[in-house]
Amino acid sequence: MAAPAPRPEAGGLLDAWPAPEGEAGWAAAARRRAAERLLARGAPGRRDEYWRFTNPANLLALPAAPAEVLAEDATPIFEAIDRLRLVFVDGVFAPELSDAPELDGVEIEPLASALAKDIHWAREAFGALEARGQEPVDRPFATLNTARAREGIAIRVTGRAARPVSLVYLRRDAGADVQVRHVLRLEAGADLTLIETGAGAARFNQVLEAEIGEGAALHHVRTQGRDHDRRAATALFARLGPAATFKSFTLTLNGRLTRNEAVIEFAGDDAVAHVAGACVGDGDFHHDDTVFISHGALGCESRQVFKKVLRAGAVGVFQGKILVRPVAQKTDGYQISQALLLDDDSQFLAKPELEIYADDVACSHGSTCGAVDEHMLFYLTSRGIPRAEAEELLVLAFLDEAIAEIEDARIAAGMRERLAAWLARRRG
Amino acid sequence: MLNVENLHVRLEEEDKAILKGVTLSVGAGEVHAVMGPNGSGKSTLSYVLAGRDGYAVTEGSAALDDLDLLGLEPEERAAAGLFLAFQYPVEIPGVGNMTFLRTALNAQRKARGEDEVNAADFLRLVREKARTLNIDAEMLKRPINVGFSGGEKKRNEILQMAVLEPRMCILDETDSGLDVDAMKLVAEGVNALRGPERSFLVITHYQRLLDHIRPDVVHIMADGQIVATGGPELALEVETNGYADLLKSVA
Repeated sequence: MAAPAPRPEAGGLLDAWPAPEGEAGWAAAARRRAAERLLARGAPGRRDEYWRFTNPANLLALPAAPAEVLAEDATPIFEAIDRLRLVFVDGVFAPELSDAPELDGVEIEPLASALAKDIHWAREAFGALEARGQEPVDRPFATLNTARAREGIAIRVTGRAARPVSLVYLRRDAGADVQVRHVLRLEAGADLTLIETGAGAARFNQVLEAEIGEGAALHHVRTQGRDHDRRAATALFARLGPAATFKSFTLTLNGRLTRNEAVIEFAGDDAVAHVAGACVGDGDFHHDDTVFISHGALGCESRQVFKKVLRAGAVGVFQGKILVRPVAQKTDGYQISQALLLDDDSQFLAKPELEIYADDVACSHGSTCGAVDEHMLFYLTSRGIPRAEAEELLVLAFLDEAIAEIEDARIAAGMRERLAAWLARRRG
Repeated sequence: MLNVENLHVRLEEEDKAILKGVTLSVGAGEVHAVMGPNGSGKSTLSYVLAGRDGYAVTEGSAALDDLDLLGLEPEERAAAGLFLAFQYPVEIPGVGNMTFLRTALNAQRKARGEDEVNAADFLRLVREKARTLNIDAEMLKRPINVGFSGGEKKRNEILQMAVLEPRMCILDETDSGLDVDAMKLVAEGVNALRGPERSFLVITHYQRLLDHIRPDVVHIMADGQIVATGGPELALEVETNGYADLLKSVA
């Protein structure tokens, strides 16, 4: 591996976020280790291989640039789905706006209280996957999050959750610059759907660690809010035990800058992980999906499906890597990233990577970038559908391959509605 | 109904003339056939009338009743009652057949200032039309033309025609790639739509389709022009003697 390029110093970032006090000794130690790691490795810079396509400057600048708070939707997404709502306002958990955190087979604890106690599972989980996820590529925003994030939820699932847990991020303060950390552990055979909605903050640093035990299933679905000026750096760390399932889907509408990282590790045989994303960007929009999947067990299946629709100067980035270690025979890896460019001003930058050390595997990847198909457009307009509407149908069709990755039909329908509404608003 | 007058068309990308003065007039309720060898410009005529990009009209006109077609967008032509059944219907993954048809019908109705058809009425309408064309419900649920056989694609074109009820229907080699049974089914679908207010321009290579869809007038096209016009007997002559003889006699 090449020696890391010199990076900007990270001390200023740590100073800007005071270390939490009053936590248990183990939590304080985990914080300290992360802070030391960040100081030693530095903040991300343009010379980093994985920041070549996305300038981290605005994610690092102090203070964060404000982002106008949009009025909340009259009909919030997923309103019709029965779920346990945990509400955050500007990144701060708001129990008074939330449902009582009671769900059979699910333990829910605010991060601060989980880190103040000696909870065996939280102690094992907090910061562990983030630390493992620093190889082969540093993820400094996630490390900063481990060192400093005070807000978030710790969830342990021991059974099949009867309804989804929904994290709702409301915004009030245009200048909020927040870090949120969620820690999840699914014990053997557990099953949970986790929904995240909302822009979070003007600048949102969010990390989710998920340890998924044998035969357990985590379904993760999120929408990142339609606030135009927001910026976000998120990281998703998942480790799968034998026969575990992890499926994650993200819908991104608007946002000046979004960097979504996913780091997935197969630690047990026959597990399945799917990560998918659909994004629609118009104008000053930069969206980056950076995915690293490490196959370290037999017969696991990974699947990445990312679709981006870009126009008026919007930029899409996809960096996806599948690493198949020597032990990971019978791996089935698939990766597709596609962009639909609605004009000549938009850009899609893709870096698909396969690194395979086992000889009996099936891995494939593809990446395409193009305009709306004129034959399809003519077919639709020749039937009387106005061009703008025909183009929307094709945009939705293009994104649908990613949305089809969502298993829950109601959630998928919610995503489609949200997209259609966004497009209709564009049309005016 | 349809009046094409001295239509000259070339490709936009290259300086190549395709239509070199086509004139034809299809009256209300009439069925006209256009036959001709490969490369004579038959499909180009259908595309230009429907409004496909990539062609430049250098001379002449095309009108649907008193409406100048050439100045309209494809969707405006459709709303005005023009329909092109494609030689190669396009597959569109991700867009359901039913969504597509309903969007198209309501867009046309909206453009004409008519009320939109609600979901229940639409479903009833499509099911009824689909039954007569032997199209099963499963096919309607699938994305547009995706995984359809050649025959299914052509039947789907006729279904769209039946639902949209255009006044001027252009069928571009609807018989190509069909076996005899499928062709009969498609022809029956077309015949069921014939009426005093609806006209057809049937483009075909072969006479056999015209056994099933009886034309009033047959045009022979060659090298971008209509070189002969006559009754159904003209099609039979082509079938017996081929285009070469006919073109020789015209020259």
